Amino acid sequence: MKKFEKLSSSVVPLPIENIDTDQIIPARFLKSTTRDGFGNNLFRDWRFDSDNQPKADFVMNDPKYKGQILVAGKNFGCGSSREHAAWALEDYGFTVVISSFFADIFKGNALNNGVLPITVPDEFLEKIFAVVFEDPNTEIAVDLEAQIVTIVATGDTFEFEINPYKKSCMINGYDDIDFILSHKAEIEKFEQTRPYSFYR
Amino acid sequence: MGKTLVEKIWDAHVVKRAEGFPDILYIDTHLIHEVTSPQAFDGLRKRGLPVFRPNQTVATADHNVPTLDQHLPIKEELSRYQVDMLSKNTKEFGIELYGLGHQYQGIVHVIGPELGITLPGKTMVCGDSHTSTHGAFGAIAFGIGTSQVEQVFAAQCILQSKPKMMKIEVNGELQKGVGAKDIILYVISKITAAGGTGYFVEFAGSAIRSLSMEGRMTVCNMSIEMGARGGLIAPDETTFEYIKGREFAPKGDKWDEALAYWKTLYSDDDAEFDAVLTYDAADIQPMITYGTNPGMGIGVSQTIPATADQPESEKPSYQKALDYMGFADGESILNKPVDYVFIGSCTNSRIEDLREVAAFVAGKQKAEGVEVWIVPGSKQVEAQAIKEGIDKIFETAGFQLREPGCSACLGMNEDKIPAGKYCVSTSNRNFEGRQGPNARTMLVSPLTAAAAAITGKVVDVREFI
Repeated sequence: MKKFEKLSSSVVPLPIENIDTDQIIPARFLKSTTRDGFGNNLFRDWRFDSDNQPKADFVMNDPKYKGQILVAGKNFGCGSSREHAAWALEDYGFTVVISSFFADIFKGNALNNGVLPITVPDEFLEKIFAVVFEDPNTEIAVDLEAQIVTIVATGDTFEFEINPYKKSCMINGYDDIDFILSHKAEIEKFEQTRPYSFYR
Repeated sequence: MGKTLVEKIWDAHVVKRAEGFPDILYIDTHLIHEVTSPQAFDGLRKRGLPVFRPNQTVATADHNVPTLDQHLPIKEELSRYQVDMLSKNTKEFGIELYGLGHQYQGIVHVIGPELGITLPGKTMVCGDSHTSTHGAFGAIAFGIGTSQVEQVFAAQCILQSKPKMMKIEVNGELQKGVGAKDIILYVISKITAAGGTGYFVEFAGSAIRSLSMEGRMTVCNMSIEMGARGGLIAPDETTFEYIKGREFAPKGDKWDEALAYWKTLYSDDDAEFDAVLTYDAADIQPMITYGTNPGMGIGVSQTIPATADQPESEKPSYQKALDYMGFADGESILNKPVDYVFIGSCTNSRIEDLREVAAFVAGKQKAEGVEVWIVPGSKQVEAQAIKEGIDKIFETAGFQLREPGCSACLGMNEDKIPAGKYCVSTSNRNFEGRQGPNARTMLVSPLTAAAAAITGKVVDVREFI
């Protein structure tokens, strides 16, 4: 996993609520057996029409909006547990997703792939949307060590929460398997003490 | 202070707990399928690791399999490759596979329970959000991403913070024609598609207790549709009766040992929940969704809520959903025409669902112009349906009984609903494009789906029974 410390970038605003992982990457694109290339089909049915032509009214097809930060409405990533959603965002070039609320499984999947989900209050999210729609070049700065997200143009800041363990994984580029494997002996010991013989 | 059921099971599986870290949680059973596992197997290869406990993992092919001509090679190349890859991976890593053609093949959340793999008190995971289904047996079961699938392969554990606890009680008697699916669609419509996020939900109350295991599975299956990590129901005699004698269920002395333990699996009277919600079963009508998330549900006799009544920030998303569905504010959903009826998915494809549909349609014909697909949850469900003559009832009615798989629930295979068409579906998600690009899904119970198939429109099934 690649390391993440700081980022300042313009953003792609997507003020839609309950964006589910079927929108992020539709099921018919889950047939690949590798982790690569899902970015091409990120938000496929919102980005392209049935003739595979870009839909002009979708924000990702508007050259005004670009950057490594996606800002979306509340309950982002709900629905299917497909990690392909996180892979698609990462592959397309997003490193941070900001929303006022994330679905559990997506949040974990994002963190496991070096995509930082930042939860901000509704008012802060509204402020980002307002500033970005006013000036598409405006930047958002993220400092993971300090856990601060800043709307650069206005100086508004918010101190976001992140599990300290996941934070250190992101900063150092570690993944959970490294951590779990370091406890192999304890896991084997635990298995010996499991009191119930009827579970295989 | 007493413990909740979730705490009892969770605490019994914590290998290590440390301040500032998620728990290292031991996983008893890992279920895998062809779509979310190949990258995890690749990860193991890159690290040079074996599967740590291959006999605690069970595989099946379900998400991306055809539901016609399963005895022939899969036509679509990418799908065939993905299913072949599962065979190759499970063979290489020593995992039991119930693949196409196997008598136990089926939807992962249907076969676990019917084989007696799903048991009370277990921790179970799968790279699929509807893993919550297994909670119906009093197990902690939840969906995980592929990175976590790799973790379980590598060490039979995952890192997970203990969730908050919610209790949802449904008390009283259900109306005639109202079932488990209506209960859960009703609850989700009340607490919204995000209302359970961060929680593990225990379903309780007399209406839940009175459900069969199949009904309980339907309820727990859709816990994720309110954002909850999982849902579960304390095991009782109904649970034990269902499990006894199944293929992999404990037998003899082990059965007695298991039963004694399982009887301790309930939330203590003085256990504390972070949230408690209570509903009256009598208030629940046959439910139907009108929008593009499972929280957008109403009783069939109600009208579609107005955009003006939604919170300000939610209006654009709400209007977008109605536009997608081709519905208008304040409209009645009754008598809306239906193009397709899909009866299947891990929510409602069990033998009880098929029996209920068959009992309703026996001697009747589907409405002209409606396409009806019945996709059984497993080879065992299919075989049982044929044994009981249910296949003949469907044939006479003009329904297509297909072969087991996830099918039109997610439209990964050929079973897609065409753009713009309305599908009354017993599945679990009505997201945009879920059943095919621009397909319009209305989620319902098997009984309401059966009534739609016969009449060709959305009807109140209570008027037909």
